[in-house]
Parts: sequence; C-alpha cells; structure tokens
Amino acid sequence: MADYRDDRYYVDSHEWILLDGDTATIGISDFAQEELGDIVYVEVDSVGENLEKGEIFGSVESVKVASDLYMPVDGEVLEFNADLEEKPELINEDAYAAWIIKIKVSDSAQIEDLLDAKKYQDIAE
Amino acid sequence: MSGYIPTSREKRAELLESVGLKLDNLFDAIPDEIKIKDKNFSGLNAQGLSEQEIIAQLTNLAERNQRVDQYDSYLGAGFYDHYSPAVIDHIIGRQEFLTSYTPYQAEMSQGTLQAIFEWQSYICRLTGLDVSNSSIYDGASAAAEALLLTCRQTKKDKVWVSEGLNPEYLATIKTYFHAAGLEVEIGALNEQGTAAGTYPSGDDYAGFLIQSPNFFGIVEDMRELVKKAEQNQVLSVVSCDLISLAMFKSPGEVGVDIACGEAQPLGIPLNFGGPAVGFLAAKQKLMRKMPGRIAGQTTDTEGKIAYVLTLQAREQHIRREKATSNICTSQALLATAATIYLALNGRSGLKEVAEQSAAKAIYLHNKLIQTGLFEAIYNKPFFREFAVKLRYGGSLDALNKKLLEHRVIGGLALSDDVWLLAVTEKKSKKAMDDFVALVANLIRHENVLGG
Amino acid sequence: MKYQTNLIFDLPQTGDNANRILKKCDVIKPNFAEFYGEHLLREKDLNIPNLSEIQVLRHYTNMSAKNFGVENGPYPLGSCTMKYNPKVNENMANLPGFRNTHPLQPTETVQGNLTLLYNLEQQLNDIFGMDHFTFQPSAGAHGELTGIMMIKAYHEANEDFERTVMLIPDSAHGTNPASAAMAEFEIREIKSNADGLVDVEDLKQKIDDKIAGIMLTNPNTLGLFEKEVKEITGLIHEAGGLCYYDGANANAILMQTRPGDMGFDVVHLNVHKTFGTPHGGGGPGAGPVGIKKILEPFLPKPVIKKLDADQTKFILDYDRPQSIGKVRAFTGSFSVCVKTYAYILAYGKQGLAEVSEAAVANARYLLERVRDSYHVPYQEPAMHEFIITAAWQKEKYGIITTDIAKRLIDYGYHPPTVYFPLIVQEAMMFEPTDTETLEGLEGLADALNAIAKEATENPDLLKNAPHNMSITRPDETKAARNPILKV
Repeated sequence: MADYRDDRYYVDSHEWILLDGDTATIGISDFAQEELGDIVYVEVDSVGENLEKGEIFGSVESVKVASDLYMPVDGEVLEFNADLEEKPELINEDAYAAWIIKIKVSDSAQIEDLLDAKKYQDIAE
Repeated sequence: MSGYIPTSREKRAELLESVGLKLDNLFDAIPDEIKIKDKNFSGLNAQGLSEQEIIAQLTNLAERNQRVDQYDSYLGAGFYDHYSPAVIDHIIGRQEFLTSYTPYQAEMSQGTLQAIFEWQSYICRLTGLDVSNSSIYDGASAAAEALLLTCRQTKKDKVWVSEGLNPEYLATIKTYFHAAGLEVEIGALNEQGTAAGTYPSGDDYAGFLIQSPNFFGIVEDMRELVKKAEQNQVLSVVSCDLISLAMFKSPGEVGVDIACGEAQPLGIPLNFGGPAVGFLAAKQKLMRKMPGRIAGQTTDTEGKIAYVLTLQAREQHIRREKATSNICTSQALLATAATIYLALNGRSGLKEVAEQSAAKAIYLHNKLIQTGLFEAIYNKPFFREFAVKLRYGGSLDALNKKLLEHRVIGGLALSDDVWLLAVTEKKSKKAMDDFVALVANLIRHENVLGG
Repeated sequence: MKYQTNLIFDLPQTGDNANRILKKCDVIKPNFAEFYGEHLLREKDLNIPNLSEIQVLRHYTNMSAKNFGVENGPYPLGSCTMKYNPKVNENMANLPGFRNTHPLQPTETVQGNLTLLYNLEQQLNDIFGMDHFTFQPSAGAHGELTGIMMIKAYHEANEDFERTVMLIPDSAHGTNPASAAMAEFEIREIKSNADGLVDVEDLKQKIDDKIAGIMLTNPNTLGLFEKEVKEITGLIHEAGGLCYYDGANANAILMQTRPGDMGFDVVHLNVHKTFGTPHGGGGPGAGPVGIKKILEPFLPKPVIKKLDADQTKFILDYDRPQSIGKVRAFTGSFSVCVKTYAYILAYGKQGLAEVSEAAVANARYLLERVRDSYHVPYQEPAMHEFIITAAWQKEKYGIITTDIAKRLIDYGYHPPTVYFPLIVQEAMMFEPTDTETLEGLEGLADALNAIAKEATENPDLLKNAPHNMSITRPDETKAARNPILKV
C-alpha cells in the first residue's frame, strides 16, 4: 500500500512538491516509485534553467521503463540531489526523503492548482 | 509441401479440424477486394525451384562477376580486402550464433551476450575510450549517429565535418541531418590534404568530426581537433580505422570524445559492400546518450557472472519517440566475426597486418612516382591508401578500362587524373611490380590516356 | 557439461604468432617513425592478447553452446518470425563470385550482382504490389527511417512544409515513433478499439491538414488483420498524407494480399522475418524499402537501372537530383539480399502462398490448444501470431509473464515475446512460423498447458525458472545501476 503525505502537494503526473518559503523540493510519489520498480538512473540536465509548469526537468529510469519528470509549478531549477547520481535506489527506499530537484518557485499562486494527498490518492489508485 | 515447410496441406487441414477450424477460412479477415486473385507476375516464378536449380542459377550469376581474388585489385575507399582467417567462418557459421535472435532472454543467449561484451571490450581497448555499443549498421551510419549524439548531449543543432571524410559517409550524414532538421557544415581540406588549420571557431557547434586515416589515406593529427573542440566547447569525433590503431595513437589517448568507424577490415568479406559493421565508442559521460544495444556484466541469483542487454531505457522499445535512436539491430554476428579476428591475430598479428599494409602502400606509391608518370598530390603520411595524379593529364577511366583487359582492377578515379589506390597485407611485391610495369607500358607505349 | 566462464582476455597468452596466419612481408618495412613522425605513432603495443588458434576455437565453441538457435527447437518469438534459415542460402551467399566483389568495382565487372538485385526487385514488386525497391537500408528500422525520409522529401518537394504530424497506432512497434521522430515528425497516437483494431472514429478525429502520413502494421502487432485498411488508407490519401506499411508481419499475408493493393505508398521488409535470412543474434539484416511511383524521385542513391542501349546490362544511376541521398555507404547488405533471392526462388508464387497459410494455420492451431489454460485478450481471429496473457495466473498465484516465459526454457523452448504490445498487460506473443514442425507445435502446446497446471500446484517452480541453463535469472537492476560494459 503506497504512502501519501499531507505535508506536501502532488500533481497527476506523480511528482510531489514540498514548499519551504519561496523554494521547494520536488520528487516522485511513493505510488510512482512502486509502479516503476527498481530505479536505476535519475537524470536531471535542467539545473539553472527557468521552466514552466508541465515542462520536463529530467527523467527516472527503471530497468524496463523510462519516465519523464514534469515541473508541478513554474520555477528555476536550483539544484539536483547529487546523492541520486550514485544511489538512485534512495527513491525506492524513501520516495519522500529522496527529493530530486530544488527549485525557486516563481509564481506561488499556482500552488492552489495542486492536488492534496487525498485527491492525489484518488487519482493514483 | 513447398520449400522448407515441414507439414503437408492435408496434415494442416486435419490439425485445424481437430480444433474446430477450417483451412479454407484462414484468411477470411482479409476483405475480398484486396485478395490476390489469379494474377500473373513478371518477376516471380509460379513454382519454386529445387536446391539443385537454385545452386545452378546463383552460381551462374556469381560467375558473371569479376572478382578481386582472380583480378589484381587496388580498390579501397572504405572497404578493404584484408585476409580473413579460416576459423572465422567456422565459428560464425555455427547455428547457435547464426540463427539466434537478439538476446532478450539472457539465460538462453549467454553466448551472444558474452561475444558482444568482448567486442565492446576490444573496441574500447583499440579506441582508448570508455564505452562501446554492440555495433551499428556501418561506418557511414555510425558517423551520422555519432554526430546526432553530439547534438543530443549539447542540445545544439549544428556540426562541422572535415571534407577528408569518405564521401559516402558525408552523404549519409547529410541525409540523416536534413531529415532531423539539423545543420552540417563542411570544412575544406588544407593544401596538405588534412584538417589542420581548418577548424572553425564558435560555440554554436555540437561536434567536430574528422576521419583518420582520412579519405586520401592520410593519418591526421588528432591533437589539434581535441584542442579546438575544447576551446569551443564542442565534442570531438573521429571516424577511424581499427587496423591502423595497432600502429597509431588511439583517439581516446589523445582526448577525443567519440570514435566511430567501419570494422569491415577486420576479416569481414567485401560482399559488394555489405553487410558491414560499424562501431561507436565514447567517453563515460556520454554513456546514457549512446544509440544502439549495449551488453553489460552482472550476476545471476546464485552470484555467477552473467551478461545482459543493459541501459535499455535509452532504446526505442521503451522510450519510443524519445529514444536515443530508432536502431534495434546491431551487426552482432559480424561484430563477433571481427572479435574473433582480433582474438586470432592478437596484438602481434594486428600490428603485422597494419605494418605490412603501410609498408606495401609506401612501396607502391614510390614505385608509381618513380615511373615519372605520376606525382603525389599530398606529401603527408598515408596509411594503406594514397592518391596520385597523372603528371601529363589524360583519362584514368580509359586506363582503368584497359587494365581490366589485363585482369587488373585499378584504383578509384576521383577525377580525370587523380587516382586513389589501396593495398593490404595480401598484396605481393610481385603483383605491385607487375602492376606498375603494366601501367607504365600502357601509358608510354599504348597511349591509353589519349592525347 | 562444464561450461567455461572465462573471457577471451583471461586466457593464458602465447607468444607472437603473427606469421602463422600472415605470410612474411616481402617488401622492406620503412622506418615508420621517420615516415609518420613519432607524435602520430602509438607508444606501447595494443593491450589485446596473443592467443593460439585452438584456444580461440574452444572459447567461442563453448560460448555458442550457451545460445539457442532455430535448429535447437521451436522459437515462437512473436513479431520476430524465427523461421528456419535454409543452409543452401548460406552457401550461395558465400560463393566467391559474390563474396569477393568490391562495392566500387566498375559496373561492367559486377553484372552478376546487379542482375541479382534487379531480379530481386522485380520479385519483391510482385509480392508486395509496389513499383520499386531500394536495398540500401541495413535493417528493418533503417528501412523505416529511409521510408519516412522519402515521405518527408515528397511533402517538401510539394512545398507542403506544414505537414509535420505522423499518425501511429498505440499498438505499434517502438521503432515506428522512434523512426518518425528522427525525421522530426510529431507523433499523434491513434487508439485501438476493444477488438484490438485501429479505431477508425478516433483516426478521423485526428486527421487534419498537418498530417504527413500514417504508419501501420497489418496484421497489426496483436496479430489481427486491419479489415478496414482500405478505408484507412483512403482517408489518409484524401487528406493529402501518405501511407507507410511496416512489413514486420508480412509473413502472414504472402501471396494472399499485398500492401500495394491495400493502398500503401511505402513498405519496408525485414528479410530475416519474411524471407528466412538468419538473424545472427541481432544482425546483420537487410531492410529493403518498396515504394509507389510517386516516390521514385526520392529513392536513395544509387538506383540500379537497365542500360538504355542494351537491356541485358545494368548500371548504377547516381544522377538523381531529388534523391534523399544515402542512408549508409554503398548499395546495402548485398549478401543478405543473395539469401533473400535464393529463398524466394525456392518457393515461387505458389510456395509463398503456402508459407503464409502454414504460418497462420500453425498459430491458429497453437492458440486453440492453449486457449483453456490462459487468458486470451482479443477474440478476433488471429493471423500468424497471437497474444495470451498471464492475467489469471497473476491474480490467483502471483505468477507473472516472466515466470511462464522462463519456465518454458526448462522445457527446451524459446520463450515468446513478452510484455509487448505495451497496451496489453502481462502479454505473451506467440508466433510459431510456417516452418514449425508437428512435434514442435504439439510439444509447445503440451508445455504451456503443463506450466499452467504447475502454476496452480507449485508456483515456485515457475518463479525460480529456468533451472538448467548456464545461469539462473540475471540481476538486471544491478547491471543498469552500476554498468560494467567492458574489461
């Protein structure tokens, strides 16, 4: 049974976003991690770029699936979680601790369009 | 029963009836309007032929060709007639290698997978690079794929290619790049026939590509390529010859990012140009952007060494339109043949092949110049191929035609008066002496050049 | 039998034996350092081992024993058409008269080669209902790319630059969208309906003036014949697009119907599928591409033509200003074409019709034999291949498709294609082909039924399969996380 957290928001493409002032961390949901299976590689080549909501900021790969990662809100990609370069399995171990990117949120009004844990759980399952 | 079908129509009908189906209804899903009715065809025989008849027909066609083992040939320009040791055909003729599919089921494909792993290892050792794929269609498409890789990695849409590249390869790159909406800029050679001093500047290029030995056989100094590429933050690519790497510095040693090329010289028959076998190797940082299959080493559930196809998330069957390439076929069997060639020759044998080819090319070049009828067009060092020019003009086509009558297939006429000639370790001194004497005689005494 | 596990690099080395294979150099080797300059020359010898002939032979012979070929037993890999590869065709391709010809020889010295390619083109035109074929593409996917490039060139020649969309069904091979993307097309996916066929209503919705064409496989990847194919190609042509036939499943229709008659403008073949050339563990293949007249100006260069003055002589025509250019060096995988030609000669028109009949009959029979043991997702009659799934076994016993596939190995059969097409969960696609024997079909059916029974009684037997190969299941996750790609 997948885990859902109330402290953060979700989008239907299975990313979560955890706000901290005007910055935020983004990762993939526990449900998504289960669906993908053993994650073998995380690629982010958008650090330093300003991306819009819905744009691709990277991808995660398991042995037989590759899945693009989408921005939940507009923002500048500040950092890629370097731990994932060597240990992509951290996402399987704890999808909510293993953030993938840190961003600077450029339009906080967009937060209202995001899904809470309950709504996301309904969509995911 | 036709051809190789092991069951008779009667048996088929019987089998189908046993499960409630009818032979006559098999194709009911095909609408009547598009079914083949009684059509007569011009190209296709009505009936099949027996094995004996097939052999007779094909032998007849094969005998209508003139062949390089019966004629004295000086053709190269991308395909070279090196000696293929007898062992190769015996191993790759084994049905376990010959008839198996792409190794999706690793447990029943360890032979193919290990062979690919060994090929990748050999290619890395020869090119001095970190990662090789399992092979690619040919040298030309490998060059195109290598340049597409530079565009993917740098997210730029223009590449620079030296005109010293084989024209067949250049044409292929142009075709791929036109389709992809990307730009190819061609850099003319300098007066010595190399890329030295011809590199462009600017950071809007994804990659620079040169060939070494280049189309005119000249060994390029890759150090300038690497320096210029680094200065402009561009990836460096070299289309290289694997046999020559037994003598010359490898691309990886000099700092080149990507090496690609044609492995046909490693004991693969000429076969009128195909099938061929391309290779592609790169630095570690480009690993996940590589096109094509890649085999990797892992362990099984009991901890034994095992081989699998890996990094598959790059590929078309998973990524579909976002894949690194549409390629699914490698040239596995020919890559295995080339691997066996390398295993049989070893470092000593490969070096001997390279040195003999070079020594013989130098010998032939000097002999031709000594006739006084030809001049060198470039004075730079060539490997097993070189271009010479007729000193007093005339038509090389006429000379080549006349040579055929003497059972000689001359060099490639690049223009009316520029001749590209290649030799390998197979060529004997006597053959070259006779050839030069014949050419001199035809020009001096039979006036074949006209004028 | 004890399997060796060494890599070639692990074997004990012998001394320099270069002259066992090569004759001694009969010209004087010059001073290379002087001729080339030290800066170009390698400082140390290559790091590759010197070995003896018997070491190399044993090494690769033992490795081959860890493979499974068509001559070992049934190879029902769906969509791959692993039929028997006639031995005589290998002999023919290796005739010295073919093998020892250089691609740049004057055309008058390779009339045998050119005649063969010309005749093969005529045969393929007849079989597929097309007007021309090119032999330059080296494989099916390469043919796809070539065909798509010609479609692009056609629209460009018409100055129709806005046609940037390629329609592709959701059940298509991954190469279709990947090839179209390499030619800069945007992919628009068409849904399959509940019967597993193209949803024509959905297609109509997705046609507009931006479409360049459609890529279709028929029978499709579910093994079902697209009955409405004429309507589909008609709709596309009406909208100004061209129709591309993915020939992956052509074995099912040989001499029953033709892509040309279905309304297709371009077709690619995989000769290892349809015409029994060996797959070689992943190549070399050949991917001839057939086209209708309207695309003739765009064919890759050179094109084989009859000489105007003498209709028995052939030339290579490079003077083709609208050609897409080249997709590889020279004229293509010639020796693979020799095998294709020999194959077609062995059958003729009647024989090829029997090939498709036997292919379809074998698939139908096998499906009926296992229908009660597995979930069958589509009820339309299958052609040359069919899909069953592990849905029942998964729900009740936690057995997945992989387990069934791996258990089949224990019975001495190659597994089917698994987890494809992507639109079917736990898919297993079987294609017994026209050359499967009676005992092969019965054995395969018995094994599949036995495995379904084992799933209920002893699921671990499946989960731990295979049990008798040189390795058990490999750790693919480890391979991808920490790639070891060479030694």
